[in-house]
Amino acid sequence: MEELCAELYTQEKIRGFLHLYIGEEAVVTGVMSLLKPEDNVMATYREHGHALLKGVSARSIMAEMYGKVDGCSHGRGGSMHLISIKDRFFGGNAIVAAGIPQAVGLAFASKKLKENRQTVCFFGEGAMAEGVFHEALNMAELWKIPILFCCENNFYAMGTALSRSQSQLELTKKAEAHNVTSSTVDGMNVFEVIEKTKAALEFIKNEGRPYFLELQTYRFRPHSMFDPELYRNKEEVLKWKERDPINFFKNQIDKNILTDAVLRDLEKKVEDEMQDAVAFAESSAFEPLEDLEKNLYENDIQGSIEGIH
Amino acid sequence: MKMTYREALRESIKNALDHDPRTYLMGEDVGAYGGTYAVTKDFLELYGPERVIDAPLSEDGFTGIGIGAAIGGLRPIVEIMTVNFALLALDQIINSAASFRHMSGGQVSVPLVIRTTTGGGRQVAAQHSNSFEGWIAHIPGLKILAPATVDDARSFLHFALEDQDPVLIFEHALLLNKSEEVSEKPQMINPYKAIVRKEGSALTVITYGGMLSRCLEAAANKDGVEVIDLRSLRPLDNETIFSSVRKTHHVLIVDEGWKSGSLSAEISARITENCFYDLDAPVQRLCRKEIPIPYARHLELAAIPQVKEIATKIQEMLS
Repeated sequence: MEELCAELYTQEKIRGFLHLYIGEEAVVTGVMSLLKPEDNVMATYREHGHALLKGVSARSIMAEMYGKVDGCSHGRGGSMHLISIKDRFFGGNAIVAAGIPQAVGLAFASKKLKENRQTVCFFGEGAMAEGVFHEALNMAELWKIPILFCCENNFYAMGTALSRSQSQLELTKKAEAHNVTSSTVDGMNVFEVIEKTKAALEFIKNEGRPYFLELQTYRFRPHSMFDPELYRNKEEVLKWKERDPINFFKNQIDKNILTDAVLRDLEKKVEDEMQDAVAFAESSAFEPLEDLEKNLYENDIQGSIEGIH
Repeated sequence: MKMTYREALRESIKNALDHDPRTYLMGEDVGAYGGTYAVTKDFLELYGPERVIDAPLSEDGFTGIGIGAAIGGLRPIVEIMTVNFALLALDQIINSAASFRHMSGGQVSVPLVIRTTTGGGRQVAAQHSNSFEGWIAHIPGLKILAPATVDDARSFLHFALEDQDPVLIFEHALLLNKSEEVSEKPQMINPYKAIVRKEGSALTVITYGGMLSRCLEAAANKDGVEVIDLRSLRPLDNETIFSSVRKTHHVLIVDEGWKSGSLSAEISARITENCFYDLDAPVQRLCRKEIPIPYARHLELAAIPQVKEIATKIQEMLS
């Protein structure tokens, strides 16, 4: 899907900002495999994979990126704001770290309403430099709010390496400074992601306290489509590519289960699903201009009062 | 019976906590301290720490939590001690609370209520005397209320909590001890309509919040002055404003914000656009002088419109 998006972007079908997840797949796949439809997920602007695995259809995602009315956010959000309430997928946040306290709020509500619902919040390591990250972790631990914090550490906040921007590189220590229990995970190994996430979710369920997972991973593509990647060298990227999570997975699975035929079949299914999504997006309509000022308030109070000049 | 503005706010929060189990109050010093302005004194004992939550100094964070909790099905009443500190939470308020419904194509509702105290005049200097409600009213997606009377202080929270969108209530610091005659039960008047507090046909004075009582005092013995209390700063009640202007042909706007780029500038522009041929003179404005508020009393009084200044201006405009 991500590769297709890159292609479509060069064809100008997708505009604005596009942030690809290629290389980080094991993180979202591992974590999401343990969640249920009623669980809450908050993510960042690099969230296509998160949306897809939370149940937002590829059609709905593609149409959103095309800016069409059948997109999950009806074309109002675009790539960075994939939101689907019915799938409990809350986006899709472009302000780094802003979603973290919001996810704590979602978990807080679930706890108060006695819902059987888990809450997971994804963010990058860059977000840990924002003040609000600390505010949110402090309050989550202070008030015993059951939430899983997943830091997707891909070692670069846009173009700034972690080592150049944070004084404490052992990221779990930052969570521990707020008394939040934490551990580090090899984010290129989907099995380890699953194992450690499972343990974290158990902890949250039993202790009723937050948990912080640092998942170490790497994005093989630039930050976004505009990034000339002046800040890192090709050798580093190639080294991480040797640990490609999809290849790793393929190599770990028993060849009698993941036969060539099964693999070809899977790849074809994916190809078909993506082509279908693109066809859907192409044929979907744009929202009519008359609806420009709608969906600002529940009852369009601005519309009824502002239409003077 | 008589009731103070403080008692009115207190009653409205009590009603909310009593009648809707989804509501909770979260802010700095709302519990053990009894509220920085004593509005929530004893509430911690009455409602317990699950409903009245003392937050750490984390405006950005606890406003964000309020947003998440509201989306998640609760009805948070977030108290930001003063509008001065609300600046720390503006990213959450503007980029998230105000934007989510639109950005998600109408899916997300953020029924968040933020109460904060605004206004200057107690010699607490620049960083504690701001009046940002007019400036924050620039943002689409928010609703901005400024209760100026005890009646409105009693009812606004109820309307705000019923709203599916974020509502900010700006309570004025100098009104807390104001006492007014009220009826047994709170008057529930739609907050999104401005109210004519004094009728007249020679001059329209438009104002809100802490300035209302000053305008009424300044207009007290003068015939022909009509005083409009905006009550809602976003959306603005154009109808009430325009029909008054069409009647009096003269307008004075008294706004506690700084003059440049203020809410009064917005109202003035709307009047010019819609009532140009009804005006006999340009729209006039009395606002804060363009400086951060100074500590020394005489300087502070000179920086914020006072009754005398308003009265002089009204007299000038009437002759």
